[in-house]
Amino acid sequence: MKNWRNIARGDWNTFLLPTGTLLGFLITWEVLVKVTAIEKWLLPAPSAILKALWSVKELIWQHSLQTMQETFLGLALAVVVGVVIATAIDWSEELKKAVYPLIIASQTIPIIAVAPLLIIWFGYGLLPKVLVVALVCFFPITVNLTDGYRLVESDMLRLMSAMGANRRQIFRMVKLPAAMPFFFSGLRIAGTYSVMGAVIGEWLGASRGLGIFMTRSSQSFLTDRVFAAIIVITILSLAIFLLVEGLARLTMPWHYQRK
Amino acid sequence: MPSDKLTVRGVSKIYSQDRGQVVLALDHTSLSVQEGEFVSLIGPSGCGKSTLLDLVAGLTTPDSGEILLAGQSIVGQRGKVSYMPQSDVLFPWCNVVDNVIIPLKLQGVPLAEARAEALALLPAFGLEKFAASYPYMLSGGMKQRAAFLRTYLCKKDLMLLDEPFGKLDALTRMQMQGWLLDIWQRFKHSVLFVTHDVDEAILLSDRIFLMSPSPGKILVEIKIPLSRPRHPRMVTEKTFIEIKRELMRWLETGIFAQEEETSWQNKEF
Ligand SMILES: Nc1ncnc2c1ncn2[C@@H]1O[C@H](COP(=O)(O)OP(=O)(O)OP(=O)(O)O)[C@@H](O)[C@H]1O
Ligand SMILES: [Mg+2]
Repeated sequence: MKNWRNIARGDWNTFLLPTGTLLGFLITWEVLVKVTAIEKWLLPAPSAILKALWSVKELIWQHSLQTMQETFLGLALAVVVGVVIATAIDWSEELKKAVYPLIIASQTIPIIAVAPLLIIWFGYGLLPKVLVVALVCFFPITVNLTDGYRLVESDMLRLMSAMGANRRQIFRMVKLPAAMPFFFSGLRIAGTYSVMGAVIGEWLGASRGLGIFMTRSSQSFLTDRVFAAIIVITILSLAIFLLVEGLARLTMPWHYQRK
Repeated sequence: MPSDKLTVRGVSKIYSQDRGQVVLALDHTSLSVQEGEFVSLIGPSGCGKSTLLDLVAGLTTPDSGEILLAGQSIVGQRGKVSYMPQSDVLFPWCNVVDNVIIPLKLQGVPLAEARAEALALLPAFGLEKFAASYPYMLSGGMKQRAAFLRTYLCKKDLMLLDEPFGKLDALTRMQMQGWLLDIWQRFKHSVLFVTHDVDEAILLSDRIFLMSPSPGKILVEIKIPLSRPRHPRMVTEKTFIEIKRELMRWLETGIFAQEEETSWQNKEF
């Protein structure tokens, strides 16, 4: 109980200090823009950005809905594919040798180069955007989960087999729970990249979404709206991160209490 | 002897390590545990005690010799004995109850039934207040008791315990010995107990097998004539001291013998 105050203070510091830094940065920005009287289409002041965000909130909300849909579908697809690949790889050593190096190598292909192909194959609809998100997100999930399965304490596996457990029981009762923290590290990384994946997908051609909103705004030199879109993208990414964090704490209370 | 619970006869185990090196971990080792008997295996670190338990638990297979449980070969067969590894190996994602019922779950006992059975046993293992605690909340002694209850719930006739008290401080250790004596006197399992500790071996056992290292083999078998029920206080009794003196003498000659043995061994390889 004595520690309560310290813990609370520590939490407040971890929250207040970066907020302070951010505020300082924004104030400097505002003042510099005012002093140098730089033109609005070049660099709008933070206050102007907020004003723009407020005035187009309806429109931005509509575009955000589209982007969120792509993000969630893509992320869900990435989780399914990542879990299936990692689990299959863990089950069969041969499969791992055959597939894993290729998965690692595939990450050297820039997503920007692949995305136009997806547009060619699947048109301008929802599907290519979902696929871009999934392509960006499945990798950290697959790699982290594969590591999680591999790094289970050998003592636990030995104990289970000494008690007569078969492979499936060992997988379900030991490997899966032991790999959960790794899975969530992967999901955390994937989650933060996912919105970006959707936006990149939209840049290449779409009728709705934050990406296309940004493209149109920048073509019309409505720079304050571009910044407004950046703010929304950041908030969405943060929300997904917090969602994953909350999910992790819900499913693995033991992992967080241990520290 | 067919009346033995466990018979280990002429068992050898060779481990191949990196760069083609081989280690003769066990060299024609034989021992037995009778029905309801408490047998200790004592010897210096690295003499092959854990290796022997691994062989009986079916985690590895011997390069020669036979291992019989109630007259039937159990070489390479898992799940035939209750096995407690050298470290507690509790799963951090399960609370105490869910940790100890793992063997029951493996045998297909329904969850509610398994939990009820474990809950009923917790008091005997001094864990009644910690049913819902996670392993990180437990002291070293409590962790070992939970691991022991899990071993107990394997419900096999023979228990293999690998230095269950090895990592505990002297006081907790003494307390745990008294507690193990109570439990054993109540349930009368056949036990094969590995330890480094001479006092512990004498206090708990009906018989002690003394091992010498590299290659591991049984040096001598010693019967403990102390009466039952036993109590940790007995370590100060005269008979106890005499037995200890004999055991220490064997340990010393064992170490001399080991030196000759090794020089001979080097020529062999
Ligand atoms: N999996 C393995 N691979 C190679 N060598 C091994 C393996 N397991 C054990 N050994 C070797 O076999 C010998 C006996 O090891 P073991 O673990 O049985 O000793 P121990 O008597 O249990 O020691 P301690 O009291 O320290 O636990 C050691 O020399 C060890 O290096
Ligand atoms: Mg050992």
